[in-house]
Amino acid sequence: MKTTQILIAGFGGQGVLFAGKFLAYKGMTEDLQVSWLPSYGPEMRGGTANCSVILSDMPVGSPIITQPDVLIAMNLPSLLKYMDTVAPGGQIFVDSSLIDTKVTRTDVQVFYIPATQLAKDAGFATLANMVLVGKVIKESSAVSFENNRQTFEKFIPAKKANLIDINCQALITGYDY
Amino acid sequence: MAERVLMKGNEAIAEAAIRAGCRHYFGYPITPQTEIAAYMAKKMPKIGGVFLQAESEIASINMVYGAAATGMRVMTSSSSPGISLKAEGLSYIAGSDVPALVVNVQRGGPGLGGIQPSQSDYFQATKGGGHGDYRMIVLAPASVQEMASLTIKGFNLADKYLMTSMILADGTIGQMMEPISFEDAEIEVYEKPWALTGTNCERKHNVVNSLYLKPDELEIKNLERYKRYELVEQNEAMWEEYMMEDAEYCVVAFGIASRVAKNAVAAARKEGIKVGLIRPITLWPFPVKPLAAAADKVKAFISVELNMGQMIEDVRLATQCKKPVSLCSRCGGMIPSPDEVLEAIRKAQKGAF
Repeated sequence: MKTTQILIAGFGGQGVLFAGKFLAYKGMTEDLQVSWLPSYGPEMRGGTANCSVILSDMPVGSPIITQPDVLIAMNLPSLLKYMDTVAPGGQIFVDSSLIDTKVTRTDVQVFYIPATQLAKDAGFATLANMVLVGKVIKESSAVSFENNRQTFEKFIPAKKANLIDINCQALITGYDY
Repeated sequence: MAERVLMKGNEAIAEAAIRAGCRHYFGYPITPQTEIAAYMAKKMPKIGGVFLQAESEIASINMVYGAAATGMRVMTSSSSPGISLKAEGLSYIAGSDVPALVVNVQRGGPGLGGIQPSQSDYFQATKGGGHGDYRMIVLAPASVQEMASLTIKGFNLADKYLMTSMILADGTIGQMMEPISFEDAEIEVYEKPWALTGTNCERKHNVVNSLYLKPDELEIKNLERYKRYELVEQNEAMWEEYMMEDAEYCVVAFGIASRVAKNAVAAARKEGIKVGLIRPITLWPFPVKPLAAAADKVKAFISVELNMGQMIEDVRLATQCKKPVSLCSRCGGMIPSPDEVLEAIRKAQKGAF
């Protein structure tokens, strides 16, 4: 049995829920069982937002993640709040453009990616979220790096299809970092 | 198998309702169920249906009452404080014996409470809410797939027994996305000779009403209604059993609490504790049969709920207090972790309650 519990956390507006949606759809296209659970409180309107995605080859039990295998931290409050909850042997992905704090734990793998800067330099400043997801796919074995475009097509509405290219590029930027 | 699509629980309810033939939705927005109304607002006009945002919850439930009286499949949805406002209408609908579907995506209470998930409307849903002797069929989905399948089931049962079916969900199941597939919905069609469809001067007027001033008539109405309720109790209880074959301890949980409890049961099994889970899918009628059977077999029950202990009373009644029942719960929008449930299972094993 293989299960990956991914917690994505940051400010509202950073694309936390969108990044989670991509991973959930990706898992579904790979015939995994998936759950996607957003925070839906007032924090969605500008405070901290988070999103729990579970990908498993077994039916998903609780959709609530208390001990993530993968943490994507897009701001300092989120890193401080969740870094101690990550499962031993788990992975933490830090947007080091926005967070200059280092993780002190030694029983987890930590990746520092200047995602916001990378995204800005590449001309898609708002896609730090997908840069981080690209790196997550590279370093975890949650999902493959194939069929990204088809996955986006499943949930990006046709009138916004022009955004699929840059989302794919952002994934590659993170994957290659 | 039909193609899997990823959907929010709330959207799954709305889509399933449309597939079940519902063309009339009346509601008033409230977190965490607003996606149901949003979905209906988008879809209903395209398929010749009615989406109407009423001026209040009270107005919307009475619109449901009116549409139900014409025999149309009709629904409303809300969350806890909004359901309290609808309580009068629910009683009138029950007193008039018309079918309707009402969704409650629960949030923490009492009062305006919070917007995080809760199961603290169990009493309200299963024991009344409105005034008078009446019941509602209460269905408790534990997945997005069940949000859809129980919505369709709810419409069928409402038509079959001429009463309200309530979907009692919570903020988590409403907001989460999971893949679901819409199998060909089994839509049952019932004759509705009582419906207000116009007489064409060919038949006597139908009257839909809940007013009976003569006590003997009102008593007969109530007795007739309870005959129907008896049939519901005999035929419609639904539940899921998980690892109960050799269980010495039994967790009872519904909805999102059952998902957390399943994780805890799996973890306890790894420690060698023989524990299983009974998940009521209908909260009314309550699945008495499996619980009564378990009471002769297991050493103790653990009721896991998102409230201060409401279903636990029905567990005690169903098991006739033959075995101790402990409560593991969080409230106010908090959800117990699998570890908290595991700890409650360990405690039950040690005989500590």
